[in-house]
Amino acid sequence: MKRMMAIVEREMRKFFRSPALMMVSMTLPLVQLIILGNAFGGKIRGARMGVVDYDHGSQALKIHEAFNAIAVNIRTFTTIPYDNEEKARDDVRTGRLDGAVIIPAQYSRRVLAGDSPTIGLVVDNTDQTMSSSLEAEMQSLVDALNAPVIQPKVVQQIALEIVELYPYVEYMKYLLAGSVALAMYVAVMIGGGMLYIDDKARGVHEGYLVTPITKWEMVMGLNLAGAIKAVLSGVTLTVIGSLLAGLGVIFHPMTVLQLSLLIIATSIAFNGMMFLMMVRVEDPLVPRAMFGVLNTLLFFPSGAISPITGFPKWLRAIAVVDPFSYAVHGFKAILLKDGGFAAIWTDLIFLFGFGMLTLFIATPLFKRTL
Amino acid sequence: MNKTSAIAVENIVKLYGDFEAVGGVTFEVADGEIFGLLGPNGAGKSTLIRMMTTLIPATAGKAVIAGHDVSREPDAVRRLIGVIPQALTSDMDLTVEENLSIYAKLYEVPRAQRQRNIEELLEAVDLLKWRGAQTKTLSGGMRRRLEIARGLVHNPRIFFLDEPTTGLDPVSRVAVWEMLNNLKTIHNLTMLITTHYMDEADRLCDRIAIVDHGKLVALDTPMALKASVPGTNVVEAQFTRESEEWPSQLKKLAGVTKVESQSAGMYRLLTSNGSLTTTQLVELAVNRGETIKSLSVQNTTLDDVFVHYTGRQLRDEQVKALGFVMPPRPGA
Repeated sequence: MKRMMAIVEREMRKFFRSPALMMVSMTLPLVQLIILGNAFGGKIRGARMGVVDYDHGSQALKIHEAFNAIAVNIRTFTTIPYDNEEKARDDVRTGRLDGAVIIPAQYSRRVLAGDSPTIGLVVDNTDQTMSSSLEAEMQSLVDALNAPVIQPKVVQQIALEIVELYPYVEYMKYLLAGSVALAMYVAVMIGGGMLYIDDKARGVHEGYLVTPITKWEMVMGLNLAGAIKAVLSGVTLTVIGSLLAGLGVIFHPMTVLQLSLLIIATSIAFNGMMFLMMVRVEDPLVPRAMFGVLNTLLFFPSGAISPITGFPKWLRAIAVVDPFSYAVHGFKAILLKDGGFAAIWTDLIFLFGFGMLTLFIATPLFKRTL
Repeated sequence: MNKTSAIAVENIVKLYGDFEAVGGVTFEVADGEIFGLLGPNGAGKSTLIRMMTTLIPATAGKAVIAGHDVSREPDAVRRLIGVIPQALTSDMDLTVEENLSIYAKLYEVPRAQRQRNIEELLEAVDLLKWRGAQTKTLSGGMRRRLEIARGLVHNPRIFFLDEPTTGLDPVSRVAVWEMLNNLKTIHNLTMLITTHYMDEADRLCDRIAIVDHGKLVALDTPMALKASVPGTNVVEAQFTRESEEWPSQLKKLAGVTKVESQSAGMYRLLTSNGSLTTTQLVELAVNRGETIKSLSVQNTTLDDVFVHYTGRQLRDEQVKALGFVMPPRPGA
């Protein structure tokens, strides 16, 4: 036990002597949280919509009024008048406009005559986000124009009432769970995997191997130190990330307990996985080369960026065995949903179990000799 | 095998596939002895030391350290030995004292004794005032001294040092030698040192084993090894002009047992009578109207011993190992 703690002491002293490691392990997840959190999930604002009005009638005027209301209130787009449809199409194609609305000649007359009038919408569908947003806004506008002025006695339309369990979740909050898991992964990868192989290559382990330390003590010492580093990284990013994203749940004692357990379980799982992968590696270039591949392979299928249910089957299969998925699910359940232990106990069991299993497999593979 | 030997190695073999790194080496080291393994890079010295210190298993044969079989009782062996690997492996981010403390804990040295040992060793290796300095701020010689202190922090009986002065400047090397001699006296240590420096082996070791291509080619005290080489002196002479007749002429000089051609016009003579050979050599040159460019007379060194037993020079091997190509001599 004392010898195991000597390994832990050495690792932790090294860790605190080089705060760069801590900074590096948290830089990527924090940058990702801030940049992706703000870049994605926001609503379209200030798009440029060309309007070609060949009608100039009373009903066309109604459309112009609706456009003005959008420009002032929801601000999805502002309109730019065009007198030529070809020119408007060209400008959408070349990116000067984000979309163009064509109000055909005789539009007002056909509306008043009940003669199935149409309004044209030209969108650049290479940009799915922009085109979907403009289409949705125009569809709302058309629905409003279609609403009868005098309500019939029997309501013909059935409305869907949506009950949102939680306040509006901004994308940054949605992303926080993944960012915390990513910070812990980076801490394990750099503070565990890379340093472990570097020490091996530098001969530091040779120094340990001539002492009476047992294989078990050495494995446990290295893994315990790795897990502590990941816990520190996880706690730091949870606090900073929650404050950045405006999540106050971290100040509730029960949430702190749940988060602590989940962070510890995640650290053990990530560390066990990393140790299993690195236990026989000798070349210091290997963990560096694996870093990006593993990051993509484990982080993206985890549901941190988008829901797992939207993935193809093979990607869902990866998510099932990916400890990231359980960590992300658990963090979301605690930080966004206040789901309590009922929401995270399966995640905790999987993560603890995964960590133990990988350590169980890795320990016999660890060589007590050179 | 002598039961009182500190180290007893019997017909030990290490194979890596078809390659024989160590091929049936046998020797014994007595208690309190400084024993040197001398050989060029790749001779198998480090492999030998690693087998004796439990770092790699032997393919065949046996090593017994202080009465404990290395393959059967590795833990007992580890408690009795201190090992300084070839590379500097102390932690650069930790302080001098922290490095020693961590290792003392790995050996489970009790707290009170740990502190006492660290103090004594820091003083012995002259690092007391650097105890709080991070290892990365130390010079190469100081780091090596730290490594030596680290290897002794648990009071081992037998100390293994794998090329302890490689990479050090001459002043630091001499300082390390003096320190090792002092430590041996204070702690009554048995030491096994591998080296490819002849002067180091000559100065430090009570007995030397010459290892080449994984085999032990000679083993004795430095004095006995030197005496075993034909000729007790070496005369080196360089003539301004090369002549095919020189080797045969030089061989006829009094006391000469062997003539080696070193390079253009340069000859190395092994002789039993250095002064007489030198006089006759000068006379020979005068009679032939030749000019002697340089002349030196020296006692037999371990270099001569190595050449005698292996048929080549140690430094040639080092040059080859480093992939270094000698530039052509001017005018050659």
